Amino acid sequence: MLAFLVRRVIGALLILLVISAITFLLFFAVPGNEVAALSCGKSCTPALIDEIKRGLGLDQPIWQQYLTYLGGIFGGRMIGDKMCEAPCFGYSFVNRQPVFDTVVDRLPVTLSLAIGAVVLFLIFGVGLGMLAALRKGKAADKIAMGFALVGGSMQIYVLAPFFLYIFVYSSDLLPRPHYVSFFDSPLDWAGGLILPWICLALIHTAYYARLTRSSMVDVLNEDFIRTVRAKGLSTREVYVKHAFRGAMTPIATILGLDIATLFAGAIITETSFSLVGVGQLAVNSVLASDLPMMMGVVMLASSAVVVANIIVDVVYAAIDPRIKVTA
Amino acid sequence: MTILSVRDLKVHFSTEDGVVKAVDGLSFDLAKGKTLGIVGESGSGKSVSNLAILGLHNPKTTTIGGEIRFNDQQLVGASEKAMQKLRGNGISMIFQDPLTSLSPYYTVGEQIAETYRRHTGATKKKAWARAVEMLKKVGIPQPERRAKQYPHEFSGGMRQRAMIAIALCCDPALLIADEPTTALDVTVQAQILDLLRELQSEFETAIILITHDMGVVAQMADDVLVMYAGRAVERGTVREVLKTPEHPYSWGLLSSIPHLGGDVDVPLVPVRGTPPSLIDPPTGCPFNPRCDYRDRVPDSRCTTERPLLAPADGHGSACHLAAADKKLIRTDELQRLG
Repeated sequence: MLAFLVRRVIGALLILLVISAITFLLFFAVPGNEVAALSCGKSCTPALIDEIKRGLGLDQPIWQQYLTYLGGIFGGRMIGDKMCEAPCFGYSFVNRQPVFDTVVDRLPVTLSLAIGAVVLFLIFGVGLGMLAALRKGKAADKIAMGFALVGGSMQIYVLAPFFLYIFVYSSDLLPRPHYVSFFDSPLDWAGGLILPWICLALIHTAYYARLTRSSMVDVLNEDFIRTVRAKGLSTREVYVKHAFRGAMTPIATILGLDIATLFAGAIITETSFSLVGVGQLAVNSVLASDLPMMMGVVMLASSAVVVANIIVDVVYAAIDPRIKVTA
Repeated sequence: MTILSVRDLKVHFSTEDGVVKAVDGLSFDLAKGKTLGIVGESGSGKSVSNLAILGLHNPKTTTIGGEIRFNDQQLVGASEKAMQKLRGNGISMIFQDPLTSLSPYYTVGEQIAETYRRHTGATKKKAWARAVEMLKKVGIPQPERRAKQYPHEFSGGMRQRAMIAIALCCDPALLIADEPTTALDVTVQAQILDLLRELQSEFETAIILITHDMGVVAQMADDVLVMYAGRAVERGTVREVLKTPEHPYSWGLLSSIPHLGGDVDVPLVPVRGTPPSLIDPPTGCPFNPRCDYRDRVPDSRCTTERPLLAPADGHGSACHLAAADKKLIRTDELQRLG
């Protein structure tokens, strides 16, 4: 198990290294003087641009610049006359703050949004899917799957304005979506995020309901379910203890990827509800050609995916004893 | 003492093509501690009738008629709750493929213990002790260690032993074994059969042994029921059915078995033709399209009149052939087999 983890973490670091190299090359997809020009704006003169290039180290060969960048991530580095503390991903061209600090600052919004949505859609999605599998072919199944079809066809940018109009602008049933730290006021935290949670969860609930139902139906057709029934176990034990255990593997796979995606920022949801999280940061940095910030966000997103994959593998082994964590 | 009495059992499935009469009027009795072998080819209704005893059919598409009495309890139409109490407790079942029949997600010990807890309400500790005890009983070495392992860590024979341990942990009065040795190799088969016999004499369990292997029947069964197209076509003690079979289908089954020491050049004789459609069975005797002797029965009764199992008790068969004819033909058939 430990050897497995060590190996996977080393593999993950290599993947991240490759991703960092690729994103780093983005800098050079944009002509160098433009990069420099981005950081001085209207006051640029050729002399100033040259100075900035030297200051940023853009006069050095690419591989050396990349090594400097990597070194900064692990040990910090001087940029111009400022010390950029490790982990240093450079300074934003836009707000002149260290990229890392900005991302860390935005992360709680995104994490809060993701965690609440995941809890909601797991409870309702898996619950509805189980219900549909249990009542296969009956009214409850058809209603649940009908809901899944409608919900699954929805998009955030349709739901968000619609919900905002109904619950906020025309009725004051819910507070306008905003972010308050959980540690300041858990109640306001939940209240401010409830609408985005519901929107995000609704779309995913539909998907998880269908996924749960189909994996449950698959497992229920397996021979061992007949044995479990022949042993005299109750219907609940047959479905929850035995069938659901088998149905968990595909759910865990998809869940791992979904959580990773959500942690990297729910771009449309954040934009729709004016929540200032990592997703918005990503969009704004692209729009403003804020390259250091883009790289920072990309590195965060890829780390989330890589870590989620390792966790999913460990969870697989916990669910299914036939899978050995040695590879 | 009769513990199981099946009368005129009918199991019909509704499918898109019509109603499949998988079992169509089956009757038999089983006494405590005895073994009934049910033989017949695939689709003859062997397994289906036994799944119906445990109520393990799909209630949406299956209709069950007739009577199944187990120790004076009527099982046809019994509630799911009542059946759950009975399964694994009064009546247990083991299946053909022990790999797919055990849950891959729980240890063998857990799978035995949960059955025991369900029916006895024992503590976790007691149930675990019972699981280890049962594994020991079914001849698994190092039962304490083995109980903590998963089915995929067991060999085929060991898995079937584990299945038997699950089935017998609550000391059932009846064990239904559905082709318990078909998926195992021959030496392991013999061990499993020995084990079943041993445990049967220890617990006085009645066994219904479903198989298409006449050799297994000869070793294990007290009584034999030969099924064809959802009905019993011959019934008797194992000696009667194997030594003096009366139904042409039984002759066919017996002549399709290879004999050790027989001449290798003599080809095996399969029962010709294929099993009949159970949606639209042949009129008269369902075996008549495959029967070599139907012309010996006058007035083409074989194609018009369905024969009944006669006599009602003891050795009987469902065939229109005259007793004298049966004896004559059988002598021929047995001679041909050497």
